[in-house]
Amino acid sequence: MDIFIAIVQILDSTIRLSVPLLLACLAGLYSERAGVFDIGLEGKMLVGAFAGASAAAVFHSALIGLGMAILMSVAFAMVHGFASITHRGNQIVSGVAINFIAAGSTIMLGQAWFQQGGRTPALQPGERFEAIIWPGADAVRDVPIIGPVYSELISGHSILVYIAFLMVPFTWWVLYRTRFGLRMRAVGENPAAVDTAGISVAWLRYRALICTGILTGIAGAYLSMVQNGGFVKDMTAGKGYIALAALIFAKWRPVNAMFACLLFGFLDAASIRLQGSPLPIIGKVPAQFMQALPYVLTVILLAGFIGKAIPPRAGGVPYVKER
Amino acid sequence: MAQAAIELIGINKSFGAVRANRDINLEVARGTIHGIVGENGAGKSTLMSILYGFYQADSGEIRVGGKPVSIHTSNDAIALGIGMVHQHFMLVDNFTVLENVILGAENDALLKSSIAKARSELDRLEREYGLEVDPDALIEELPVGLQQRVEILKALYRGAEILILDEPTGVLTPAEADHLFRILKQLKDQGKTIVLITHKLREIMAITDTVSVMRQGTMVATRTTKETTVGELAELMVGRRVLLRVEKGESEAGAIKLSVKNLTVKDSRGVTMVDDVSFDVRGGEIVGIAGVAGNGQSELLEAISGIRHAVSGEVTLDGKPIDLTGKADPGELRDRGLAHVPEDRHHVGLVLAFEENENSILGYHDDERYLKGPFLDVDAIMADAKDKIEKYDIRPGNPRLKTANFSGGNQQKIVLAREMEQDPGVLIVGQPTRGVDVGAIEFIHKRLIAMRDQGKAVLVVSVELDEIRSLSDRILVMFAGRVVGERGPEATEGELGLLMAGVEHQEAAE
Repeated sequence: MDIFIAIVQILDSTIRLSVPLLLACLAGLYSERAGVFDIGLEGKMLVGAFAGASAAAVFHSALIGLGMAILMSVAFAMVHGFASITHRGNQIVSGVAINFIAAGSTIMLGQAWFQQGGRTPALQPGERFEAIIWPGADAVRDVPIIGPVYSELISGHSILVYIAFLMVPFTWWVLYRTRFGLRMRAVGENPAAVDTAGISVAWLRYRALICTGILTGIAGAYLSMVQNGGFVKDMTAGKGYIALAALIFAKWRPVNAMFACLLFGFLDAASIRLQGSPLPIIGKVPAQFMQALPYVLTVILLAGFIGKAIPPRAGGVPYVKER
Repeated sequence: MAQAAIELIGINKSFGAVRANRDINLEVARGTIHGIVGENGAGKSTLMSILYGFYQADSGEIRVGGKPVSIHTSNDAIALGIGMVHQHFMLVDNFTVLENVILGAENDALLKSSIAKARSELDRLEREYGLEVDPDALIEELPVGLQQRVEILKALYRGAEILILDEPTGVLTPAEADHLFRILKQLKDQGKTIVLITHKLREIMAITDTVSVMRQGTMVATRTTKETTVGELAELMVGRRVLLRVEKGESEAGAIKLSVKNLTVKDSRGVTMVDDVSFDVRGGEIVGIAGVAGNGQSELLEAISGIRHAVSGEVTLDGKPIDLTGKADPGELRDRGLAHVPEDRHHVGLVLAFEENENSILGYHDDERYLKGPFLDVDAIMADAKDKIEKYDIRPGNPRLKTANFSGGNQQKIVLAREMEQDPGVLIVGQPTRGVDVGAIEFIHKRLIAMRDQGKAVLVVSVELDEIRSLSDRILVMFAGRVVGERGPEATEGELGLLMAGVEHQEAAE
């Protein structure tokens, strides 16, 4: 039974750890499906995390925090759009620039506003998104198997966790069942076809980037207002890049993206869990090795196990109308 | 005369210093097929792009159905019932036919009703016009002819009454082109107006009612097709008399320069494409290889030029053996006097992003003439490029211009100049005039014959039967990877056609 509890606990932290990845990955899906590579997911998440925690601390409201997180993240997405869509700049350069600006400005503004070494004030209850306990979760806790699964895995997460997972079917629906999704997929494959059909390529791509901004904003808010009780510098710690890797691993499909992010989340959770505890046969493994494991596996998975991932054909290429 | 579907009055359009369209007047009668011919760069596509809202004219008036209109975007054109089938299809390859058809013409924010409507509408169009295509097929899995049909369906789905087709047969096989023409005639019978842009005069004669000729941005003439001839149209296009059939003297065949024995070549899938082929090419003769595309000619060329390894076979160049099954590479063959003008100049013959002067030495860049120690001798390269530009009349004559900015004919001249000026003993040419306009075709043919007259061995592969017949001293016909017959230049088109279709071959086998 102990093993079962351990497994449930690992799965529970798998969910918690995969949420920011999943939101960022879906964010990337919107922009890349529209033909705009976005290496700036990391930066936008960081900006969202900072704006969310700052606004929550100042206005004492988690919702205002979330709103600011989304607003600032979308603003950064629009900068990316302005550089790479309107001015047809290099999308990678623009994305990297956004990451640098985000890393620098969050620390600088944090220090200027709160004087806590770049941190934001610790968030009080009410300024964070609290866990939602589902009805009957406490009552069934002691029921074997179902009890822990319901009370640990399903119940007891913050609203943002549920939003993240609901975004998976929602994104699928948008992509494959709506006019916007059809056009967005088309513009990522052959923008000239969209243009000759009488649809604005630029406006379509901007709208996709707005979706990206909203999702990275939520991802950032989750980091600073759920997982942590405030903003810490560089708290995204490469999650934006892992999300991009997951996106490729998922071949730019929403349901695959969920499984890819759960896998990366699981590796993370397992490495935390196994740190310091001796493994059968091998014995004790250095903590650094366990921490490196998810990244090593990421490399292996991306190098060998995904088969041929075909990116959207117009990805990374600014659209120039030419005849 | 029937009422005009489209009238263009005094259209002007400049790109920077280039005047792409000058005072163009054009009237297209309703329910007719109107051809627009002209060499590459004559301004045909620009004119049609203005009509379709891709560009705005600098001045001039457009009338559709007698009413003056302003067309600012493709949407305006679509709303006026103008549909366009672009030369490069505007399709999303990994979408289904249905998705492509509704893209941009959806009913509402959700796709469900649009898809249902498109499905029944495609069914109706299929019945009315014989435009059959599986609505759930992915575009990338359809042959080119069907992809083009999807483009036509897209236009009809949007209610197009006027259909513009830009070089529609460039990518089609002859059979597919015939099918397209039947569809166009049927559309015309149903009252649609069709504008056909092409530089193939034979198509104009076969299908249009009226034809307008453009040259250097101006509209030089409009003729009723029945009352004109290919010769007259060619002359109008180029601005001078054009020899449609090159004149040449008797060949004086000399020693065998290239000998191919029992050559067998497989493609990347492992399918045998060239099957036990043997032939000789002598100095001072042009040997033409005719055949429907895909019967092994491409693989044969690739093997002889060292691009693709052959499975077996003995080949000698100037009497000395070359090992095409693995040892020989294109560079070595070049050094031994074999020059190759590849079929696909965009992917094999040129680097389009390079400047003209760089392409004009590509492959010969390590020749001492172009080197100064370990570095390229830029002055020598430029001088050499200028020399070739002059000799081959390459336009525009600017060696610093990016190769992509040259027209197809001039790009081909760049490749020809590069290969011919090396003074090779054997010249292999694949599709010498594909995508090349009439004036340049004449020039290229004359050059090839001049090579022959200098005693070089020339091997030409072309899917254009006219070209093979007018150039070759001997004609080999390939079918299913084999040489199924050899004829003299006097062979009739019908005779060669039967060979190309494999008819005699099958009879002989039985």
